[in-house]
Amino acid sequence: MATEQNKSANNNGEARPGFVYLPLIAGWLVPGGGHFLLGKWVRGTLLAASIVSMFGLGLAMQGKLFSNAHDILDALGLAGDLGNGLLYIVSKVLGLGADQVMVTTADYGTRFIVVAGLLNVIAAVDAHNLRTGRKA
Amino acid sequence: MSHFIAVLFFALFASTVFGITMRETPRRMVRYGIYCFTLFVGAAIVLSWLMYFIAR
Repeated sequence: MATEQNKSANNNGEARPGFVYLPLIAGWLVPGGGHFLLGKWVRGTLLAASIVSMFGLGLAMQGKLFSNAHDILDALGLAGDLGNGLLYIVSKVLGLGADQVMVTTADYGTRFIVVAGLLNVIAAVDAHNLRTGRKA
Repeated sequence: MSHFIAVLFFALFASTVFGITMRETPRRMVRYGIYCFTLFVGAAIVLSWLMYFIAR
């Protein structure tokens, strides 16, 4: 059923040349990048503003950037952080983010950063769905 | 930044992404975004009051 719907959506979608996973990868690396590639400027701008603001607020609240996976909670946090793409990599290189949570707001900041990464993954998958024609 | 302001920012950004990614037309995106924002903030307020009474 779902497969038939997808096939139908693909048939209705525009036939675009190029690498089909490019919006997914671009959307992961740069928040809103997948939507920008597809010409969805307003959606891309809103997504980028939301995700970058959330990540920035997390850093401003002295949130922690996970860098290892010693236990399951660290591994899940790292997976969420990696969803931020270049934001995470650049912040890590620049040494931003706290190494340890010292104040209460830092705990909120850590969650903001993880959730920003998860939202970015959702946005990247949405760009992929737009590219394949599953979504209008 | 107070805890409630943090909740409002969290709800605003998450609702924006949910609205754009989970619906197809701009009108339905806005409606779903407002719906999510209301649920986020409403749930935070209700749970906060519940915890307040449990702690007493």
